[in-house]
Amino acid sequence: MSEQQHIILPEGSIERQTQTLNLGPTHPATHGVFQNILEIDGERIVSSESTVGYIHRAFEKIAERRPYYQITPLTDRLNYCSSPINNMGWHMTVEKLLGIQTPKRVDYLRVIIMELARITDHLICNGVVGVDSGAFSGFLYLMKYRELAYEIYEEICGSRLTTNIGRVGGFERNFTPAAFEKIERFLKEYPVALKEFETLMNRNRIFMERTQGVGPISAERAMNYGFTGPNLRAAGVDYDVRVSQPYSSYEDFDFSIPVGTTGDCYDRFLVRNGEMWESLSIIRQAMDKLKDLPSDVYHADVPAYYLPEKSAVYTKMEALIYHFKIIMGEADILPGELYNPVEGGNGELGFYLISDGGRSPYRLHFRRPCFIYYQAYAELIKGAMLSDAVICMSSLNLIAGELDA
Amino acid sequence: MSLTNDYIKQRLTEKFGESISQVEESFGCLSFAAPKDLNLKVMQFLYDDEELQFRFLTDLTAVHYPNRTGEELAVVYHLHNFKERVRLRFKVYTSIEDTRVFTATRLFESANWMERETYDFFGVNFVGHPNLKRILNVDEMTYFPMRKEFPLEDQTRTDKDDEMFGRGGHIGI
Repeated sequence: MSEQQHIILPEGSIERQTQTLNLGPTHPATHGVFQNILEIDGERIVSSESTVGYIHRAFEKIAERRPYYQITPLTDRLNYCSSPINNMGWHMTVEKLLGIQTPKRVDYLRVIIMELARITDHLICNGVVGVDSGAFSGFLYLMKYRELAYEIYEEICGSRLTTNIGRVGGFERNFTPAAFEKIERFLKEYPVALKEFETLMNRNRIFMERTQGVGPISAERAMNYGFTGPNLRAAGVDYDVRVSQPYSSYEDFDFSIPVGTTGDCYDRFLVRNGEMWESLSIIRQAMDKLKDLPSDVYHADVPAYYLPEKSAVYTKMEALIYHFKIIMGEADILPGELYNPVEGGNGELGFYLISDGGRSPYRLHFRRPCFIYYQAYAELIKGAMLSDAVICMSSLNLIAGELDA
Repeated sequence: MSLTNDYIKQRLTEKFGESISQVEESFGCLSFAAPKDLNLKVMQFLYDDEELQFRFLTDLTAVHYPNRTGEELAVVYHLHNFKERVRLRFKVYTSIEDTRVFTATRLFESANWMERETYDFFGVNFVGHPNLKRILNVDEMTYFPMRKEFPLEDQTRTDKDDEMFGRGGHIGI
């Protein structure tokens, strides 16, 4: 009985045909609104096609009619798991265009918020990878701390998911002592949970079997497909915008970039976990650096672009004038053309801005990392099992808002 | 950092001579334009050259300039050299009547969806693209919405007077 027995199926037999399966647009496993039309042979995927655009909201068109400060809420809704990074990225793009230098303290406060956002982004992604492979508890451990992170946002800007945090030039208000307390609490409690999560998952035999070798991509292919962020680093390319083109004083911080080798789901998982540790260390460093800086600086001194405080608007003539000018979009914007990238949760989030000197951009294009690397999905899951396709999707961290803009 | 913008400029003019135009440097990023039938040759040169090595297509999009007759649409490529950490911006202009531009999908897989998006919103016809159809908008759409002739707000509305709000009646801008 050493020879394997094959059933010989007649031509045109129904068992020989592949079938089509619609994974999405609304499917519990897609974690967002996008569709994958899978051609499956039993449980094996023969080919697939992705359809996106279900939540396209024409942000680039809307941005052409909005003054600069009104574009920040649009960026919230790109990658809504780490909206502060998008907000800061947009502020920094405008600051670069206008030549605004932000004080060190603003940079460090931004770094704290951006790294916090990176942690919330990665913890959702890694938690969900666990959920999709059948391990629900890890997700619950981490989710508790996303709540804490959202409370920190709330303390700073008043909102949680779509944050609209900060302004061009700095922050709308100074961080309260309560915010710092909460950040300290996060720094104290989150490492414990993350450690627990890692003990639960990293060397878990079942989890390793489910993720190793699933959806791998070589460094060369990943670069050709335009991968950036954790997904590219999992394939072994140590490209990180924070290091290659430091912004917001990232050059003052000491951190390393975790890289993987095979670019499979397991490596992506490990890279994200590694990045969370690095982010925690960056926040720690930033908190220490803040101690040496004057505690009342939270925005650059650019009255022509930075919205004055409300109490000043009611009592001071100048503040009222600037308030009016900024709100009415009469602030002088220089003509110019620039591409400004930041390291978002999923990779290089770029803002390609053309200003003709008008109150709104002449053209604004978002380079959305998700949109660009999602096209590799068909290649990643070809020949894989259906259940692998689901894990692969969640480990790529596809966010529908970022796909569709 | 050994690869400077001046050096890239010099190499490009050596190779393509007069074809390279609008060379400028804004915010530290080299930007230039080339005729649209040369777009693949330029990108291939930038990709293959041992010193230049622009092997990452960061971004591909288009811009509509309705007032530039004969070159209304600009297709903008952002290329990146990871090793030297240098970016550059490369544009080709095409008229709105004949929007054919060669596809970059043979060189960069990532160009596939970005070109579909550019086609979807600007109607740039990428010649040789394996699957040039709409990506974010509905398939039934008959126009290219990011062109400037489509104003965001309904221009027939009379109940709103925006004259005092910095956006008078002129279309699109």
